[in-house]
Amino acid sequence: MDTFRILVIDDEVDFLDTIVNRLKKRKLNTIGVTSGEAALELMKEQLFDVALLDVKMPGGMDGIETLREIKRIQPLAEVILLTGHASVETSIEGMKLGAFDYLLKPMKFEELLQKMAAAFEKKSAHDKKIRDAKIRELTRYPSRVFEQD
Amino acid sequence: MKKTLYRNLRRKIILATLAVALFPLILLGETIYYQFARVYTEKIEDQIKYRAEAAGNALEIFLKERTAILTTIVDTHTVEDLKQPAHLSHAFSVLNRRGDGLGLVDMGVIDETGQQVAYAGPYHLKGVNYFQQPWFNEVVTKGHYISDVFLGYRQTPHFIIAVRALDNGHNWILRATIDSDIFNQLVRTAQTGRSGDAYIINQAGIYQTQPRFDGAILGQSPLDPNRFAKGATCIETRGESATAAYYAGAWLKNNEWLLIISQDSRMENSDLTGTRQTEILIIALGFVAIIFTTLLTTQATVKRLQRVDAELNQANAQLMQSDKLAALGKMAAGIAHEINNPLAVIGEKAGWMQDLLEDEAFKNSPNFQEYQEAIDKIEQHVERARKITHNMLGFTRRMEPRQDDVDINAILMQTLELLGHQARLNEIELQPDLAPQLPIIASDQSQLQQVFLNLIGNAMDAISAAGRRDGCIRITTRRQDDQLCIEVHDNGPGIAKEHLRRVFDPFFTTKATGKGTGLGLSITHGIIEKLGGSITAASRPGQGTTFSVKLPVIVPDKK
Repeated sequence: MDTFRILVIDDEVDFLDTIVNRLKKRKLNTIGVTSGEAALELMKEQLFDVALLDVKMPGGMDGIETLREIKRIQPLAEVILLTGHASVETSIEGMKLGAFDYLLKPMKFEELLQKMAAAFEKKSAHDKKIRDAKIRELTRYPSRVFEQD
Repeated sequence: MKKTLYRNLRRKIILATLAVALFPLILLGETIYYQFARVYTEKIEDQIKYRAEAAGNALEIFLKERTAILTTIVDTHTVEDLKQPAHLSHAFSVLNRRGDGLGLVDMGVIDETGQQVAYAGPYHLKGVNYFQQPWFNEVVTKGHYISDVFLGYRQTPHFIIAVRALDNGHNWILRATIDSDIFNQLVRTAQTGRSGDAYIINQAGIYQTQPRFDGAILGQSPLDPNRFAKGATCIETRGESATAAYYAGAWLKNNEWLLIISQDSRMENSDLTGTRQTEILIIALGFVAIIFTTLLTTQATVKRLQRVDAELNQANAQLMQSDKLAALGKMAAGIAHEINNPLAVIGEKAGWMQDLLEDEAFKNSPNFQEYQEAIDKIEQHVERARKITHNMLGFTRRMEPRQDDVDINAILMQTLELLGHQARLNEIELQPDLAPQLPIIASDQSQLQQVFLNLIGNAMDAISAAGRRDGCIRITTRRQDDQLCIEVHDNGPGIAKEHLRRVFDPFFTTKATGKGTGLGLSITHGIIEKLGGSITAASRPGQGTTFSVKLPVIVPDKK
């Protein structure tokens, strides 16, 4: 499993910094932001494989709103929801909107890693399918190489 | 306090009902009785009034008849003729012979001077002078005269009838004595019944005939004749209605004599008395029936009220329990959420420190071991806190129950299988006693599994905590009308009465600190309520505990 690009979105700075540090220490390419707005700005500039999103953020965009936007900007990025409370409904709603899974704070770090790995795997598989499709298309119609954006 | 309330209520209902029922009954009884008594009295009065009139007429005829006979004699005879004793005696004997029961005792002819010149009869009254007698003048002026009853020369009660005739410018008088006995008998024919009386008094209230009861002829009557209006038939009543004596008076002989017909209602009113007694008996029976019914219905009503009240109290208690749980759940969720965030930071910080300890620089630190242990402890206790807060959240988790096709017995068997190993370790016997052919119901399989795991797990904890060797848990299922009953009974130490009320309260636990969160039964309670069922706990210390779950039989939709 190669290192993958992770975006962590949480308004709790202490939590955010620590998670980012721990992930980085495991050689994962991680960036942390403290608001939905900042996350969206960043996603417009670069691609991410997995986003870790706190559902409940006071002030600014809430988690579900942010999720919807993320899925619009980067539909292939997998999102894992983090929540500090029992609003399973919110989590289910998030899953319906395309989130990969959800975790209840405080979570076990190992569990988080497992979920992220699974999410990445899913995304990779998906990417691979897209790549394969493209290769098949290109081998059939080589001229289309030049049409790519 | 409640008891007094019910006693007061019962008393009020009884008093009000009795007052409303009995008062009209008494009123009705009295009214009917007095109406009846009035009609009855009127009937008696009418009767004696009629009798008085009839008897009065008969007596008038009696007197007029005799007066007419005497008048006929004086008008058809001359004084010279009747002066001769033989002729007078002849006329007298003819009269007595022909007119049977005329009651004539004797006859006499009296001249102008009051001298009785001729006499026919049993006494020797010839030559007696009547000039000084008050009636003499009267008969001379009026032409005829009927005297009151008097003793006279012969000292026996009698009265006389005298008529005047004119002969050659000289007045003469024919006088006849009437036998008082015959007259008495005639008056007596008007007497009726055992208490009826008939007699005559004069204007002064002197008896003219022998009364049947108290009093004697020529004695003074207690009645005042002036109370009876002249020329009419009148009624006088003495005494109260039930014991009254009625007197009807009819005037005779130019209002000189008063015929009295009396009736003593003490005797005659026995019908009335009987009626009164019957009525009193009926009313008394009515009283008894009303009182009995009132007591009975009031008793039943109050009892019913008491039962409804108790049921209401129980329902209220259950409602309060639900409310309490809901409020506590909300609070628990709030607290859990607030704690989860800092807890997550602590956990991650500890994790970060753990990560850093991997570095070479730290590994050579003399206190490396201490750090390592401290971090382990922090993580361990974050984990412990995490379990609690997650349980607390689970407690309020508003998970919509799923609608699986649930076979209760199958779930129970699965649960027992899961717990079988632990049960063997603790030497606890699991005894399933499941009713066959329970209906499949629509419910939530996993949540029910959670419930049974909690209940049976608790039972095992209770038994092993008491250190018993003969532990036994009996699980029974049965259908009861439209409900399924699942009972989990253990022979553990039981639950103290003061604890039993609180077993479903969140955070209530009797387990050692750190062993239980006190949320298991709360969550169980919440799940069962959400599934439309109910759960109750019954326990007697030393005899074990029984948890009863009741689930509605909801037939699953056909798919």
